Amino acid sequence: MNIHEYQAKQVLKGFGAPVAAGVAITSADEAEAAARSLPGPLYVVKSQIHAGGRGKGKFKELGADAKGGVRLAKSVEEAVAHAREMLGNTLVTAQTGDAGKQVNRLYIEDGADIDRELYCSLLVDRQHGRVAFVVSTEGGMDIEAVAHDTPEKIQTIVIDPEAGVTDADVATLNGALKLDGAAAEDGKTLFPILYKAFLDTDMSMLEINPLIVMENGRLRVLDAKVSFDGNALFRHPDILALRDETEEDPKEIEASKWDLAYVALDGNIGCMVNGAGLAMATMDIIKLYGKEPANFCDVGGGASKEKVAAAFKIITADPRVEGILVNIFGGIMRCDVIAEGVVAAVKEVGLKVPLVVRLEGTNVDEGKKILNESGLAITAADDLDDAAQKIVAAVG
Amino acid sequence: MSILVNKDTRVLVQGLTGKTGTFHTEQALRYFGTKMVGGVHPKKGGEIWHGSEGESLPIYASVAEGRDATGADASVIYVPPAGAADAIIEAIEAEVPFIVCITEGIPVADMVRVKARLDRSNSRLLGPNCPGIMTPEECKIGIMPGSIFKKGSVGIVSRSGTLTYEAVFQTTNEGLGQTTAVGIGGDPVKGTEFIDVLEMFLADDATESIVMIGEIGGAAEEDAAQFLIDEAKKGRKKPMVGFIAGRTAPKGRTMGHAGAVVSGGKGDAESKIAAMEAAGITVSPSPARLGTTLTQVLKG
Repeated sequence: MNIHEYQAKQVLKGFGAPVAAGVAITSADEAEAAARSLPGPLYVVKSQIHAGGRGKGKFKELGADAKGGVRLAKSVEEAVAHAREMLGNTLVTAQTGDAGKQVNRLYIEDGADIDRELYCSLLVDRQHGRVAFVVSTEGGMDIEAVAHDTPEKIQTIVIDPEAGVTDADVATLNGALKLDGAAAEDGKTLFPILYKAFLDTDMSMLEINPLIVMENGRLRVLDAKVSFDGNALFRHPDILALRDETEEDPKEIEASKWDLAYVALDGNIGCMVNGAGLAMATMDIIKLYGKEPANFCDVGGGASKEKVAAAFKIITADPRVEGILVNIFGGIMRCDVIAEGVVAAVKEVGLKVPLVVRLEGTNVDEGKKILNESGLAITAADDLDDAAQKIVAAVG
Repeated sequence: MSILVNKDTRVLVQGLTGKTGTFHTEQALRYFGTKMVGGVHPKKGGEIWHGSEGESLPIYASVAEGRDATGADASVIYVPPAGAADAIIEAIEAEVPFIVCITEGIPVADMVRVKARLDRSNSRLLGPNCPGIMTPEECKIGIMPGSIFKKGSVGIVSRSGTLTYEAVFQTTNEGLGQTTAVGIGGDPVKGTEFIDVLEMFLADDATESIVMIGEIGGAAEEDAAQFLIDEAKKGRKKPMVGFIAGRTAPKGRTMGHAGAVVSGGKGDAESKIAAMEAAGITVSPSPARLGTTLTQVLKG
C-alpha cells in the first residue's frame, strides 16, 4: 500500500525524523492560512499524488511553459497563486502514464536552504533476507539513472536484524554520504530512526530523495516515499487508515474487497487464472500471440464460487475487455467450483464477449460437464497454447 | 533416487487441526502412504486427529515433543500468516531438519526474523508461500495434486505453484516423469533458493534433466544461471528447460506473489531469460511447451 508524501512525513516525524513544517490542503481557499502558519519566507507547494517525478511533471490543462507539480514560492501570495493553478488539474509525470493523475491535494511546506542533496532508501534486500540501506551522494535525481550511469556512486549497507543499526553501520553510512560535523551527528540519530520506522510499521520501501544537508549543516528529510507490506497491514490499523482509495483503480478496490490479486492493465483480453505464476504466464502468452491482456487476476488457491463470480464480474465490467480467457490448473482449486462461479456470474451479468475456458487438474471432468450443460457460448480449450490462440482469434 | 524427501521421510504437521491442514494431510496419507506421523497444537496435545476416512494421528503440544515422540525429520506448516513465522521458529528450535511452510501472506519483516534464526541452525526451510515438495509414489508434502505425477527422471524447481503443476503434468504426458518437484515459493525472503535445489538435482543420479521456472522480481534466476555456468566448467551439467513468467508485467506492480515485482530497474523477465540462455538453458516462450521442449532438448 502506498501513501502520500505528507502522510509519509507524518509517520517519520512520529519516530523523530527531521521534517519541515507543512500543511496539507484540498482546496485553494485553504492555501493562504496554510502558508501563513509556516515560518516563511520560502514555501514549497507540492502535488500529492501516488507517483514520482512530480517536479518534472506537466499539468495537462496548463500550457507547456507552466511550472511542474512541485513549485517554490517566495511569498504567501505566490504560494496561493500556485495552489489555485495546480489543484484539480491533471499532472502527467514519467510514472503516471499518459493519462496523468488529478491533483486533489497539495502539501505546502516550509522551504529549506539546500547545501547538498543525497539519496537514502531502505528496503528488504532479497539476496540477504535483511533490511538494507541504499545510499548515494547523488540525490534529487532519478536513482535508476544513477544506478545505470554511475553504479559506483550507490552503496548498499545490509543491517543484521539481531544487532540493528550499529555504530559501525552509522559510520559507514556517514562515510558513504560524506557527512561530517552537525550532519554526521544528525546521521547518528536519523539512521536508527529510519530503521525503526521501517520495521515498526512494516514498510516494504522507504525512499528519501532527497535527504538534504541544509546550509546550517543539519540533515532534513525533504521528500519521502513510503510503501507498506500489504501482508502486514492486519497489525497496523493506523497505517491502513492512511489509504487513499481515490489514488487506486476502482476495479482494483473492488477486487481487494474479495481478496483477489488483481492488477488493471491496458489491453483488451480479460484473464481469470489461479496462481500468480500461471496468471502472469497467461498474460505473457496472450502477448505472444499478438494481443494485450486487460488485467492480471489470480483468484488464488481456495476460491469459493462467490469469489470466482466476483472476479468474473469485475473483468466483464471493464469496457475495454473484448474477450475473456479463463485458465485454471486445479490443485487445491477444484475445476467444478470455478465452472459454477463462471456460470453463476454469466447468468447474472450476461456475456457480451467471447469466452474461452481451459480447465485442467482436480475435478476437471465435473467442471467441463457444468460448462457444457450450462447452455452458454463457451469455447473449451485443451491447453494454454490452444486457449490463447482461440481467444486471440475470437477477438480478431 | 530423489532429493530432500522419499518414502522414509516422517512428517509432522503444524496447523493440522485447521481445515486446510486436515484436507492436505488426508491427501498426503492417501498418496502412496506418505508417512505423516502427527500434528502439533499448543492446546490440543494428547488429543487424536481424525481424517474423514478413518485415518488418525496423535497431536502433540509442541514440535519438540512431537519430534521426540515420532522421530519426525520433516515438518509442514499450514498455520495462518500472523502465527506462521513463530511456527517456523519453533520448528527450527526443535531442530527439525526439513521445514516446509505452505502459508501465503507472511509479513516480510517476520521472514527477516526467521531467516536470521535459520542462518544459525542446521534446518532447511522450503517456502513460505509455496506448494511444497513431492517425490512421486513416495512422499507428498504440501498441496500439489498427486494425480498428475509419474515417477521418472526430471527434476522440477519453481517459484510458482500452478506453473509447477504445468511442468509436472507436461513431463508426465511426455512419458518422462519426475524425480522430485520442488516449489521454492513466491515470497521475496525465503528459505531455499534455486541454487540450493539445482545443486541437489545435479548431484542426484536419477535426475537426468531439469525444468526451472522463475518469474519477475529479484535476481535468484541470474544467480542460479551463474551457478550453472560455474558448475558446467567443473563438468557438472544436465539438460535444462526454463520458463520465466511476467514478461508483460508492468514495472513497480506486485503481481500476486509478494516477490513478483520489477523494482528499481531490476528483476525484469528479459534479463533473467538472457542469463538462463547464457547458462545453456533452453527457455520456452510458452508455458504450454515445457514438456515438448524438454523432449526435443533430450533428443539433441
